[in-house]
Amino acid sequence: MALTDIPLRVVLYEGEGATVLDSVERLQSVRDLLEAGFGVTRAGAARPVAPADQSPLLVLGRWEGAVPAGEVAGTRLHWGALGEVPAVQQAESARTQVSAPAPGAWKPWFPVIDYDRCTNCMQCLSFCLFGVYGVDESKKIQVQNNDQCKTNCPACSRVCPEAAILFPKYKAGPINGDLVSDSDLNREKMKIDISALLGGDVYSMLRTRSDRAKSRFSKERDSDKALAERQKCLIKLSELAADIPPEVLMSLPSPEEIARKAEAASARAAALTGRGSPATT
Amino acid sequence: MNLVSPTPAPAILYCHCRYAQVVPPEVKSAVLEQLCASGLPFEAVPDLCELSARRDPSLQRLAAAGPVKIAACFPRAVKWLFAAAGAPLSAASTEVLNMRVQTAAEVATGLLSAPLTPNLPAGKAVPADAPKPATPDASTET
Ligand code: SF4
Ligand code: SF4
Repeated sequence: MALTDIPLRVVLYEGEGATVLDSVERLQSVRDLLEAGFGVTRAGAARPVAPADQSPLLVLGRWEGAVPAGEVAGTRLHWGALGEVPAVQQAESARTQVSAPAPGAWKPWFPVIDYDRCTNCMQCLSFCLFGVYGVDESKKIQVQNNDQCKTNCPACSRVCPEAAILFPKYKAGPINGDLVSDSDLNREKMKIDISALLGGDVYSMLRTRSDRAKSRFSKERDSDKALAERQKCLIKLSELAADIPPEVLMSLPSPEEIARKAEAASARAAALTGRGSPATT
Repeated sequence: MNLVSPTPAPAILYCHCRYAQVVPPEVKSAVLEQLCASGLPFEAVPDLCELSARRDPSLQRLAAAGPVKIAACFPRAVKWLFAAAGAPLSAASTEVLNMRVQTAAEVATGLLSAPLTPNLPAGKAVPADAPKPATPDASTET
């Protein structure tokens, strides 16, 4: 089942032809459904709600007559009556019938980019070991593989020089989406220098991506010095960001791996458009 | 059955933050209770982050439906979660109530009775901010 499959939504209908629920029953139904992982629309005429469209829907109500049946064009619609069978049980049954994704069948930890702040420097793409980031056909950074993110790892948000990467479920700001202050940007933990960490002027190479730059990088890199710098920065990173999983710290990519990842991302972007490699521009 | 109303009153979206403990349970419980007691129509989602990850089309329609009040977490997070789903919110007609830092009373008042006060952070989100589908070989790239 793909991440983009649309979950079942439950409509709590209290309009014409159905009884208005008392607030206790309404709260009980809504809370039970939310806790079970189902979205609920309490429909009514007073305010707009998102229309049905492609979402598979289960419409529940205390109907004055028989439980309605029938279809609404473009929807996968089920009907049910509140009362005898618990709402969650009906939702689960409808979900199975329409093959909608099971509640919880996704990974609730992934980065979100604040494009007001992002400068498209590609440090996140270069840093991430798990292929979460990619670029689009215009070479703009994108989060493309949410489900490959390492749960509870906020490392890429710490290497982003602009504090542009959010994890909405993170415990503290600004990574959780709280506003970014100047002091956040100046704070040591937001300034982990990935270039130093990885032992060289990796990013200017990635930016220019010319053969000449690549060759200069290879020749000038002093591996012992780079290794020493990297070890120093790893210690610093682990001290400042104790929440980064050890396996991430221990397997940071080498400059060569970074270059390969960046080239691969560019090649994917070029393949999308059928144009030449944007990496060489 | 008409699920869409032409009235200009803001739509209400409540996020239950089902898959994390970042919103205090007593706050979201009290807000949900008052929302259900209000008798107003609303959308309640188990986890807005999930809808964003799934690029759920209900976010696009909600963002396009006009003024909206959202009870969730930080406005900056909500803004970019919607943008990531290809559903940019209107800065002029969106208010986000933050259940991580506001009291239940503040959130309920803002949601149910106060005039809409737009509060998304500055800067525009456009559909192009949404991630494109990954290319087939992307999952093998680590
Ligand atoms: S590291 Fe930050 S500023 Fe650089 S491309 Fe990634 S999100 Fe944007
Ligand atoms: S949008 Fe905020 S409140 Fe809602 S699920 Fe995500 S982190 Fe939780």
